[in-house]
Amino acid sequence: MNKHLTAAGAALALISPFLAWTWTPLYPGDLTLYGYPGGSQLVTLVCALTATALLAAPRLAPAGAVRALRAASLAALTTTWVTVVAIAVDLGGVVNLEPGAWLAAGSTALLAVGAHRLPDDTLDPPRPVPRLPRWAEVLVITAVFVLAMYVLTYGITTGSPEEFLAFLPAALFLGRALTVSGLGAALGALTARNRTATAVAALAAALVFPFTQSDGQYTAIADNILIFAAVALGLNIVVGLVGLLDLGYVAFLGTGAYTAALVSGSSFSTLDIGPLPFWATALLGMAVSLVAGIVIGAPTLRLHGDYLAIVTLGFGEIFRITVNNLDGSSGPSLTNGPNGINSVPDINVLGFDFGAEHHILGVEFGRFANYYLLLLAVIALVVFLYSRVGDSRIGRAWIALREDEKAATAMGIEGFRFKLLAFAMGASLAGLAGTVMAHLQTNAVPDNYKFADTAPPNSAFLLAAVVLGGMGTVSGPLVGAALLYLIPAKFEFFSKYQMMLFGLALVVMMIYRPEGLIPDRKRQLEFHEEAVTT
Amino acid sequence: MSTLLRADGVTMRFGGLTAVDRVDLTVDSGEIVGLIGPNGAGKTTFFNCLTGLYVPTEGEVRFRGALLPPRPAKVTRAGIARTFQNIRLFAGMTVLENVMVGRHTRTREGLLSAIGRGPRYRRTERESRTVGRELLEFVGLGGHARETARNLSYGGQRRLEIARALASDPGLLLLDEPTAGMNPQETRETEQLVCAIRDRGVAVLVIEHDMRFIMNLCDRVAVLVQGSKLVEGAPADVQADPRVVEAYLGAPQEETA
Repeated sequence: MNKHLTAAGAALALISPFLAWTWTPLYPGDLTLYGYPGGSQLVTLVCALTATALLAAPRLAPAGAVRALRAASLAALTTTWVTVVAIAVDLGGVVNLEPGAWLAAGSTALLAVGAHRLPDDTLDPPRPVPRLPRWAEVLVITAVFVLAMYVLTYGITTGSPEEFLAFLPAALFLGRALTVSGLGAALGALTARNRTATAVAALAAALVFPFTQSDGQYTAIADNILIFAAVALGLNIVVGLVGLLDLGYVAFLGTGAYTAALVSGSSFSTLDIGPLPFWATALLGMAVSLVAGIVIGAPTLRLHGDYLAIVTLGFGEIFRITVNNLDGSSGPSLTNGPNGINSVPDINVLGFDFGAEHHILGVEFGRFANYYLLLLAVIALVVFLYSRVGDSRIGRAWIALREDEKAATAMGIEGFRFKLLAFAMGASLAGLAGTVMAHLQTNAVPDNYKFADTAPPNSAFLLAAVVLGGMGTVSGPLVGAALLYLIPAKFEFFSKYQMMLFGLALVVMMIYRPEGLIPDRKRQLEFHEEAVTT
Repeated sequence: MSTLLRADGVTMRFGGLTAVDRVDLTVDSGEIVGLIGPNGAGKTTFFNCLTGLYVPTEGEVRFRGALLPPRPAKVTRAGIARTFQNIRLFAGMTVLENVMVGRHTRTREGLLSAIGRGPRYRRTERESRTVGRELLEFVGLGGHARETARNLSYGGQRRLEIARALASDPGLLLLDEPTAGMNPQETRETEQLVCAIRDRGVAVLVIEHDMRFIMNLCDRVAVLVQGSKLVEGAPADVQADPRVVEAYLGAPQEETA
């Protein structure tokens, strides 16, 4: 009975995107056509397809299909209702809804009710996933990354807040479906078996993005996400691996940016150096940030817990106030104070001008696409360093310090030295991202490097990206950074309530999923102790 | 038989409280020495003085003739490893990783070699892994290498702590109440384990309340009472000593009155 209810809901939900939801193309995405799903209807279609697949072939889900089905039904329900309500609100009344919209709203509700009344069939342990031949595994990994990239691209390129609002819950609930179905774990095992293939596939999928973009509007967003993500990953060493709460991390991004701006040959630069070649700028930015990391870390890392958090918070603000004051009147002339260093020229590597348009494989590469490629290389380097060092004698020492500092010292680990190493390494990676950021934004100004602000990167958002995404993982901070950049960027109309909504989202997240969106397998146990059988 | 550890007049004061008062103790190589005493006698504080967690107010500790630096990491490098009274594992790491952390002082791979992963790095990692597996086998956790440490049984966690300590190739192992909370069966197994450790050529200094454990195992026993060493000698002699009985049970009433 419930099964039939669910199936009917899924079938009708599948049909509804092919009908018109409203009569006027004024609503973004043009939902007026019969037979051609467009805009947010596509999201509903994908959710309904997922639900139908789970219903028709429950064996697809190794850990049981019903909970995944419920998550997919919630994805369909939320995205459809958001769109339907948005149409009514935007166009001024339910009269603007065509029968298709009513069908969509009703059928997704039916689907959700039906799915939640089905008996739970969770399997513990999950059904074993058949091993595929190696080439097939690589193919699956590639397909998954292409799909993930497609989803992310859809999110980045949504043209209106309504469409993003319809996309976000669907993405989150479908992600949940992936986890509870056991497919997430199977996928994790798959990528763990094929490390190199995973890295190549991820890089290749990311490389495709600029080829799909005709103008720089959305590539600029992607650039900023990549910078944010690189810094978040650096912070993840300090916070995720060593467990040190650093609230002033953005200072190292700023150090890198200011270093790059000073030696860029900009006419606003107070130093008569440059322009240096980019490799030299990058190394210099890393080196200066490294020194800054050691200078700040050496006195502060003798503190523990809350005290360390307070002191790093202080140092983060000291950085911003200092660059504000190095203007020649309050202090030595170096940074032009609040005006910052402007007109930082574009990077030029061996005659390849990042500011100019290039044609690669017949595709036009604008300024932001050029920087996108460079930032992809930066991210790849950061991920490479992070995973190599994280999985070594040093990484083990870091995690041991996080788990139990006293026991770690008793095992011969010199706590201070290894904490300082983590701090310095994190700082230099942030510095590297900073050098690119100065060129991308063509300036370095103090107000970009605050503790908290309504838009990333700032220390609070960086920390949130790490915690939200999943501490101690590689993909966690990347996902966290993408979400935390996109949400404020897409919801600018919330301006006044943005921080409040952000805080609310963090509280909800910490209650229901304290281990982050992509949990470290071992960490997950820490937060859900009751689930562990001893 | 050579003297491995020599503590001379070790004193630890916290403000006005003297927790450890001029304690002398030696441990020879190949020996199992017991350290007993009522609760609060200063046994664990004395351990902490030996391992560099505390800097003794007075007195000195020598290991293999050399003065021990008052830093836990350096003490471990010098060859003294320890376990804790309340288990302190790296709960979120796997069992094997825990033991590999124990290898820390015996390996030197730095940042660059972790990034470069040259042949020397791979060889060292492989060795750490092999030593780790061998030690897990030795303490009876061979089948649990890939489990998360927190998922081990209580006795298993105690044994893992010992394996982790042994991974640093110590000359002397300090065990702080290794059988606390164990049932008689597990206690006997731990006894055999400690004997096997001695047979590997590692001297053992053990704090313990289980008298049968002490009597079966120790070559020598020292009794700490209120921070000072009361008696030291063969287990049977110590057990029979009226001063020890008094320290534990109190003096007969008419004598104190």
